[in-house]
Amino acid sequence: MKNMLVSNSPHVHSPLSTRRLMLDVVIALLPATVVSVLFYGWSELMLLAVSIATCLGVEWLVTRFLLKQKCTLGDLSAVVTGLLLALNVPPTCPWWVMFIGAIFAIGAIKMTFGGIGQNVFNPAIAARVFLLISFPAAMTNWAVPAGFIHSCCADSVSGATLLGILAEGGVKELAGVNYLQTLFFNIGGSAGEISALALLLGFVYLLCRRVIKPWITLSIWGTVALFALIFWLISPAKYPDPLFNLLTGGVLLGSIFMATDYVTSPMSNWGGVVYGVGIGLLTMLIRYFGSYPEGVSFAILFMNALVPLINKVFHQHKFGRA
Amino acid sequence: MKKTFPIGGVHPNDNKISRNCAIEVLPLPQTVYISMAQHLGAPAKPVVAVGDKVKAGQVIAEPGGFISAFVHSSVSGTVKSIAPRKDISGNSMTHVEIAVEGDEWAEGIDLSDTLVTEIPTDRAAVLAKIQQCGVVGLGGATFPAHVKLNPAPGSKAECLILNGAECEPFLTSDNRIMIERSKEIVIGAAIMKMVLGGCPAVIGIEENKPEAIAAMQKAVAELAYEGISVMVLKKKYPQGGEKQLINAVMRRQVKSGGLPISVGAVVQNVATSLAVYEAVQKNKPLVTNTLTVTGDCLPVEKQHNYLFRIGMPLSYIAEYAGGVPEAAAKIVSGGPMMGRAIANMDACTVKGSSSLLYLSEQFTKRKEASACIRCGKCADACPMGLEPFLLNKLAQNGMTEELEARSVQDCISCGCCQFTCPANIPLLDTINLAKGQVLGIIRARAAAAKAAAEAAKAATQK
Amino acid sequence: MNLTILWTVLVITLLGVVLAAVLYLVAQKFKVEEDPRIDEIEKVMPGANCGGCGFAGCRAFADACVKAGNLDSNFCPVGGNETMKKVAAVLGCAAVEQAPKVAVVRCNGTCENRPKINEFDGLKSCRVKAACYSGDTGCSYGCLGCGDCVAVCGNDAIHMDPATGLPVVDEEKCSACGKCAKACPKNIIELRNKGPRGMRLYVSCVNKDKGPAVKKACAAACIGCGICAKTCTKDAITVEANVAYIDFEKCKLCRECEAMCPTGAIHGVNFPKELDKEGIKARIQERNRKAKEAEAAAKAAAEAAAKAAEAEVKPVEKEA
Repeated sequence: MKNMLVSNSPHVHSPLSTRRLMLDVVIALLPATVVSVLFYGWSELMLLAVSIATCLGVEWLVTRFLLKQKCTLGDLSAVVTGLLLALNVPPTCPWWVMFIGAIFAIGAIKMTFGGIGQNVFNPAIAARVFLLISFPAAMTNWAVPAGFIHSCCADSVSGATLLGILAEGGVKELAGVNYLQTLFFNIGGSAGEISALALLLGFVYLLCRRVIKPWITLSIWGTVALFALIFWLISPAKYPDPLFNLLTGGVLLGSIFMATDYVTSPMSNWGGVVYGVGIGLLTMLIRYFGSYPEGVSFAILFMNALVPLINKVFHQHKFGRA
Repeated sequence: MKKTFPIGGVHPNDNKISRNCAIEVLPLPQTVYISMAQHLGAPAKPVVAVGDKVKAGQVIAEPGGFISAFVHSSVSGTVKSIAPRKDISGNSMTHVEIAVEGDEWAEGIDLSDTLVTEIPTDRAAVLAKIQQCGVVGLGGATFPAHVKLNPAPGSKAECLILNGAECEPFLTSDNRIMIERSKEIVIGAAIMKMVLGGCPAVIGIEENKPEAIAAMQKAVAELAYEGISVMVLKKKYPQGGEKQLINAVMRRQVKSGGLPISVGAVVQNVATSLAVYEAVQKNKPLVTNTLTVTGDCLPVEKQHNYLFRIGMPLSYIAEYAGGVPEAAAKIVSGGPMMGRAIANMDACTVKGSSSLLYLSEQFTKRKEASACIRCGKCADACPMGLEPFLLNKLAQNGMTEELEARSVQDCISCGCCQFTCPANIPLLDTINLAKGQVLGIIRARAAAAKAAAEAAKAATQK
Repeated sequence: MNLTILWTVLVITLLGVVLAAVLYLVAQKFKVEEDPRIDEIEKVMPGANCGGCGFAGCRAFADACVKAGNLDSNFCPVGGNETMKKVAAVLGCAAVEQAPKVAVVRCNGTCENRPKINEFDGLKSCRVKAACYSGDTGCSYGCLGCGDCVAVCGNDAIHMDPATGLPVVDEEKCSACGKCAKACPKNIIELRNKGPRGMRLYVSCVNKDKGPAVKKACAAACIGCGICAKTCTKDAITVEANVAYIDFEKCKLCRECEAMCPTGAIHGVNFPKELDKEGIKARIQERNRKAKEAEAAAKAAAEAAAKAAEAEVKPVEKEA
């Protein structure tokens, strides 16, 4: 008889794996990616390729030569980072800016802390903020490159994001905006923010696959909506309504895909709610009172830093200790 | 809506392949080796000598402490030796070796199939009978049944829960006895109910055993004892865990470190109920039990449910069932979630043996662990509401105080965390170790406190 | 303008003075009186904070020494006699000398000697493995080979030999702190006297099973036959629970036990010459023969004496 295996229980494992989870995130991002490629064309495709290839390359180099560990490319986390980063920059972003951003994301944010599971900040968000501060011109050039399908309303809003228009000219400038448009093709803004519907589709997929829990995302939405509602009720002439705030800018992309990043979000449900409320609040404060028209990235980055504290305070509900 | 426990839990594929295999009786081997440690607590002390002739059902060992149990011979024959022998994990334990000669049973044991439905009323006599027949909990922990059925004065049983959840994948022995011996189980429940003072009894069965549910409902209806009912539970592992089952059935949570009786619950396995029936009504000690021979690499026609006698070598059973399949990479005694891997096939069956589970390499071999991605899935899966990722880290650094503060001692070792971990981290390996350490510290502290209190008492008396 | 600067300087200075005063007062109030000798002893300690002495670190050891006032029960295995002399000088008491020690791995269950009968598939940790079952060979006492001892060693003095699967101690680096001995769940590692020029003899097995079972599991195990104990003229070897143990305080390194051991479980290390088995056996035979002769002679003499005594006594009896 051959030698049998012996180990402690359990003797079976669920089909769950890190790779499968990351693959699910990639699948959930596909609708938004496809939409962005359709609308922004070849240049967007190139940005995606540069970002993902650079992320994979840097991670391989660092694990191979610096950390001298086993290669971790197989878990696909670098692909997720690359994809998210590319969807978080304007479609006109030069390829070399994308390249620098990807190096920063993996090299400086992820691998310096020891690779997957160790980083404090979400690599894609940190890299986006890094690029925004370092290359403000490239990161706020919202011109629309030629896409594969001609957008019927591309001409009307090209040149600035809705939030930018709001910051410059106030609510009266937004008169022509209808929500159907923001839901399907909100041209202008980061590449992944075109279609709210595509992002929501991804959200539903992640929930169905039980990859993420809804609490963080929902609490961000709730806070943003509540904050906007209060200001809108006070002065509808000065502030836009809650739905506008939810559908524009990076709220959807950030709350569904970036704030829910396992590594950099709290582990308990209540911790997640606190974290989400913090992000929502900071986002709105920056939008209404900050010098930037959009604040989701900064808000997530800031709350990332608080996650260890939140994890210390909020714990799982224990059995028999009610 | 079907009930289940609220916190955590996982849904492994239940793989009840052998569910339709009727129970077959195993023929006797030439020799049996009966272990002295077939129950939780102190090992039993042999009361026979080498060369003695014994009959099946005769006492061969007496309890070695308060938490201990009688052990009976499962066969008739001659005692060949009383010596250390290795158990399934390779650890030495005293075994009584008996060479089988015929199949003669001790006097007074009723081996007929006639049902004895009349419930005795003498509580003390029934408890004594259960103890003398060596009945232990057959749900896995093998805790002596008479101790559990005799709650400390001041605590009152409000509900007897019969555990027919059988939430472990693959195992079907409880399923089969619920189908084939349903009436005996119900009578056993009625006896235990009487012993506990007439509290209601609930038989909890998971929904994936419809035949068992139907059979038990029919038996309950036909026998018409008062206050016994069948409750269908949702399928979720570890529903058969004592605290989880109480939570599912009674909507009460046993406090950390507390016993089930603190919320008025007594939980017994359906197999234990059958053993109680045989002990009390038939005077038959616990020397047989049902075991499933199953596995993912065993064709369905080779799967069996066997009625075995305690002390049969596992290799003998495996041989009788058609040999160890070629593809088997691990043999497990018990279910795949909490069972013990068998390191020694020469070991013998004990009272609590429930399966011979053959798992293939692709099914069971652990994958290489990667870094924790802090997804929190282990914490979501933990039925005790613990945070295994944190306990694992603390255990690796030997931080016992912090481990205790984070309730590592509440862990029931169900394996949900490790089962679900996407990074394949062996969480339970380290947590079990830490739990042992912390429980040791807690016990030492309790002992020290007790000693100090006694010393203080002695001082005041002086 | 000038006034602003003046004010700033003044305020800052004042603040500094006040805070300094507060700090001073607080320091005075919460001053902990400590025996200065603790500091002095700590200075002469090796500073490894390894815990080999049984205390949490070097300072805790120093504290214990000062409290005890003598060195009867405290010894720093890392610093050895030299350090203890210095500590004794600080305390003004006599140093208790101890022979330098080294960690010894008492298992020779190499892959050849002790074939595997199953494969461990759990976490690579001896403690986890020991909690799971008796081990992946037929021997339930021997080395589990997962290297817990290697992981705890702070001196990089113990390593797994990939060829044998057993840990090997680097005598030069080993400070005999005893961490590995504590980490080993099977209690295989023992701190033993280093011996003159590193020469020492030990039984490289701790298996307590009976002879036949042990022999089946491992070719190099001690089977508890007791030949070594019979051979030893220094009374240094005891056989308890089927396993022999050499008391290193009594052992005079004659290597007779090593030559006589039928399984090679007794190991001699760092001896300049190779073991001359035949020579030693011949020597023992010769000694036994002589002893027998002497015994026979003594017996004969005793008998003769007894007869003589009988002869002397008998007449007396008759008289009585």
